[in-house]
Amino acid sequence: MFGKLSLEAVPYHEPIIMGAIGFIILGGLAMAAALTYFRKWGYLWKEWLTSVDHKRLGVMYIIVAMVMLLRGFADAVMMRSQQAIANGANEGYLPPHHYDQIFTAHGVIMIFFMAMPFMIGLMNIVVPLQIGARDVAFPFLNSLSFWLFFAGVVLVNLSLGLGEFAKTGWLAYPPLSGIKYSPGVGVDYYIWALQISGIGTLLTGVNFFVTILKMRAPGMSLMKMPIFTWTILVTAVLIMAAFPILTATLGLLTLDRYLEMHFFTNDLGGNMMMYVNLIWAWGHPEVYILILPAFGIFSEVTATFCSKRLFGYTSMVYATAAIGFLSFIVWLHHFFTMGAGGNVNAFFGIATMVISIPTGVKIFNWLFTMYQGRVRFTTPILWTLGFLVTFSIGGMTGVLLAVPGADFVLHNSLFLIAHFHNVIIGGVVFGYLAGFTYWFPKAFGFTLNERLGKCAFWCWLVGFYFAFMPLYVLGFMGMTRRLNHYDNPEWQAYLIVAAIGAGIIALGIGFQLLQIVVSVMQRHKNRDVTGDPWGARTLEWSMSSPPPFYNFAHTPVVKERDAFWDMKENKDAYHTPQGYQKIHMPKNTAAGLTISAFSLVIGFALIWHIWWLAIVGTVGCLISVIVRMFNDDIDYYVPAEEVERIESEHLKNIANQA
Amino acid sequence: MRKSNYTSFFKKLALLAGTAMLLSGCDAALMDPKGPIGEQQKTLIITAIVLMLIVVIPAIAMTFIFAWKYRASNKDATYSPNWSHSNKIEAVVWGIPCVIILVLAIITWKTSHSLDPFKPLDHEKAPLNVRVVALDWKWLFIYPEQQIATVNEVAFPVDRPVHFQITSDTVMNSFFIPRLGSQIYAMAGMETDLHLLASEPGDYHGFSAQYSGAGFSGMDFTAHAYSDDQFGSWVDRVKQSSKQLDQATYDQLAKPSEDAPVEYYSTVMPNLFASIIQKYMGGQSVGGNEGMHHQGAEE
Amino acid sequence: MSTEAVNNHNAHAHGHEHEHHDASDMKVFGFWVYLMTDCILFATIFATFAVLANSYAGGPTGAEIFELPFVLTETMILLVSSFTFGLASIAGHHGKKSSVLGWLFVTFLLGLSFIIMEIYEFHHLIAEGFGPHNSAFLSAFFTLVGTHGLHVTCGLIWLVVMMVQIKKNGLDTNNNTRMMNLSLFWHFLDIIWIFVFTVVYLLGVL
Repeated sequence: MFGKLSLEAVPYHEPIIMGAIGFIILGGLAMAAALTYFRKWGYLWKEWLTSVDHKRLGVMYIIVAMVMLLRGFADAVMMRSQQAIANGANEGYLPPHHYDQIFTAHGVIMIFFMAMPFMIGLMNIVVPLQIGARDVAFPFLNSLSFWLFFAGVVLVNLSLGLGEFAKTGWLAYPPLSGIKYSPGVGVDYYIWALQISGIGTLLTGVNFFVTILKMRAPGMSLMKMPIFTWTILVTAVLIMAAFPILTATLGLLTLDRYLEMHFFTNDLGGNMMMYVNLIWAWGHPEVYILILPAFGIFSEVTATFCSKRLFGYTSMVYATAAIGFLSFIVWLHHFFTMGAGGNVNAFFGIATMVISIPTGVKIFNWLFTMYQGRVRFTTPILWTLGFLVTFSIGGMTGVLLAVPGADFVLHNSLFLIAHFHNVIIGGVVFGYLAGFTYWFPKAFGFTLNERLGKCAFWCWLVGFYFAFMPLYVLGFMGMTRRLNHYDNPEWQAYLIVAAIGAGIIALGIGFQLLQIVVSVMQRHKNRDVTGDPWGARTLEWSMSSPPPFYNFAHTPVVKERDAFWDMKENKDAYHTPQGYQKIHMPKNTAAGLTISAFSLVIGFALIWHIWWLAIVGTVGCLISVIVRMFNDDIDYYVPAEEVERIESEHLKNIANQA
Repeated sequence: MRKSNYTSFFKKLALLAGTAMLLSGCDAALMDPKGPIGEQQKTLIITAIVLMLIVVIPAIAMTFIFAWKYRASNKDATYSPNWSHSNKIEAVVWGIPCVIILVLAIITWKTSHSLDPFKPLDHEKAPLNVRVVALDWKWLFIYPEQQIATVNEVAFPVDRPVHFQITSDTVMNSFFIPRLGSQIYAMAGMETDLHLLASEPGDYHGFSAQYSGAGFSGMDFTAHAYSDDQFGSWVDRVKQSSKQLDQATYDQLAKPSEDAPVEYYSTVMPNLFASIIQKYMGGQSVGGNEGMHHQGAEE
Repeated sequence: MSTEAVNNHNAHAHGHEHEHHDASDMKVFGFWVYLMTDCILFATIFATFAVLANSYAGGPTGAEIFELPFVLTETMILLVSSFTFGLASIAGHHGKKSSVLGWLFVTFLLGLSFIIMEIYEFHHLIAEGFGPHNSAFLSAFFTLVGTHGLHVTCGLIWLVVMMVQIKKNGLDTNNNTRMMNLSLFWHFLDIIWIFVFTVVYLLGVL
């Protein structure tokens, strides 16, 4: 009746897990109670859960990303503390069964359920506003993408209290992830969480590709697009080209596990190296899917807070495109030690190094944007400066790893771990947090507390160096990754320093959360009345904060690259138009949520081999899709009077300000 | 003022800690190799880092200098809000990285071939053959010439090339002795080769560098680089063991076990290594070593 | 939409017409882009098949199990279904509702026969002892052909929905856009099948 599922699947005997579950349940109950008490269920449902507004979806993505950051970071703290003590006779407090799940979950959560949604959240909030569009090309699809992603999040978190998560490392190399070596449900959780959320991501890629190509304001040619939008365009292409590979690869692993096929098994002709090739053919572009938007954010932030045009726009665009292209021909550098031979290794090594050229150019372009500018040391610019220094180091160690001869001794060592955290924290996380601070007033209408933001920055920065510089050294000392326990007293001091570093980062995260709370409390003081708190350059700042739900009352006409800056220079901003028209908008819908809920049922049923439930899920999914297909009542018009009312209020605010 | 004093104090502290770490890192395994492969890799790593520092140091320095000089409060600094293009600067920022990468690419091309783990070492002495099987979670070493086998301990003479032929009878692992240099994957149904040489006697730590499941952390071994005499007596010692590695013993050994103790086997059944590879070939003929060697290279 | 904003003094109705036209263009473009991602999915599975095409592992080879005349019939049926879909599209352009419905129904029947033949082929092979779990080659074969079959099945469901929608609302803007997308999908599956037929069956037997 319930497949493999029974009450024994709950890990009662693991105090840490039960504590975490208790915390999650209490948190959920508190939230539900608050919603009931303040009578906000209807509001939540109507305004958020069923919303197809790109800004609302963006906010929801980022909220989930931050919650998952806490979960992923808790994993990191457990790993660091385990390694700090588990030397010699001391076994530490996490047995392999638990520890191996933790490092797998840490990687999966941080990449798929923290970085990806954070990035997609930012692009949701910003891109339509930057290009002068009223929404994305397919608003309903956008909502579906979010809820599919959310289904993945639910599955990953279910694995905590029901069964187990994969014990395979974040890419689940077979044969270890095959049914023979991993008979439990852990890998199945991994597969279905990634598969369902991956489809959501793929649809997002398609959606934003079409949005950017087809919905730009008149006059905004490709070479007048803001750099952030450019990076998202390239990211969308990378998503569209890479995520189908992930879908297929996970699909094949699924067939191996469920139908005893032999794609990646040791026997009967299976070829596990094919999995490694395929997963990295997705995995390497994935890294650039994460970093390119961060590059875009740094470009916007630098130009804004230096009150100066971005240096070398054309170079930036070509560099972005070049990085995007090259990211597809370097995947083999993740496994030089497979023994592919000198020619193949050298080719992929050199291709990898070539990426450092456009990346280096970008760094210099940001530097020359500061040159002869007026640098305002706000939180976003601090993140940018921290990035420039940290990422340069990370880039250097990355090129070092791209030399096959050097990789033969550095592969899978803590040097590698230090390297990719160096670029992911120093690049991706710093970038997203810069973007978060930068665009927060746009999304919510008030700026974040600067002092706490700076505290968060310094803790992150210092914490990062304490946490990961020792790992570089440990890599040179020959310590490999994913060790649960070791017998080498020389390593321990470094691992203790690294654990302290993690503690400092924890402070940074604490400040970040405190910043949000304090800023919400001070929201009236820090209200962004004009909609342009930073003296910025691109179109998203030309409207009120938060923007009206229809974004632009009139589609703006773009003449220059920094369209809004140009308007301000020519006194063309904030003028009262001659009249308003009704605006065509998509209606909210619960269809995305429903379809995803059934996908979640399918995923859950397949993980636990509850076949009847899987059929129920599939039928439900199909019916909800068909119902949506028959729904023609999907749009409406905002009356011109309402547009006028909203717009006049904003213009009045600006006039008062002046 | 007070605040900036604190910051500089913390900076100094961080600098101090950093230097201390780097210094103590100098006797780290990779920076103090005990064989020619490791030596070459150490040189390669240092060369590559120095080359890249040519760009990285100016970039970091410029970050601080530009940010400070063009801070908004410094009204004396030039402000050119519309200046956004310079062919000269563009030429430099594209050109210099290109040149450095070109140099690095040439080095990479050469070392990818000279340090290819499959490449036999140029040496007057014939290599010692050792066959390595990754098991859950221990290493089996088979000496075809000596007809002995060991678990989690391997020995070889100093100054004689060692030819490791490596496979796995379980999931993928990576065979790695950091003090000697390169690692290579161990994969079921395939054979990979690794040529190493120890130039100083000593006991070196070896392990799996590819996570392989629950017992992974305990999957390590000691590699003894002995003088010829010591090696001879080590072989004799192994030969005196009462244990023999026949099929039944092997099947028992291949079962998962954690932190497995060192074992000596005085004899080993012939063709054990080939049969371990063969059993995953699913009825297909092995077609000689050549066919398998680079199987991993195929996509 | 863009025109509407630039010339916001212009007549209202003109702008709205544009809006619908743009929206429908965008849907077709978006769907086409989605199909390209589907193409990469198939490319990945094709690549896997190419790698495993000789991994018989003691099991049968393609030449031993494929019945080319049978598959050729399947192929012809699918090709003809693409043709009949084309006829439905042409009828759609001329606004002939009943003719569209008729050709769509013929397409559906042909697609259904294709799927039934495929299921028969799979069942036959498995009954003979050549199931997907017998060798890597067979895994790759069943997966590649099966993935295509799954797509065709989705196409069949969509055909039914399409027919009901046309029956209900006639050939309005929405339904014309949907017809366009469905025809892209159906022809796309045809092209994929040509590759499957060539790479898997022809090259397998030759």
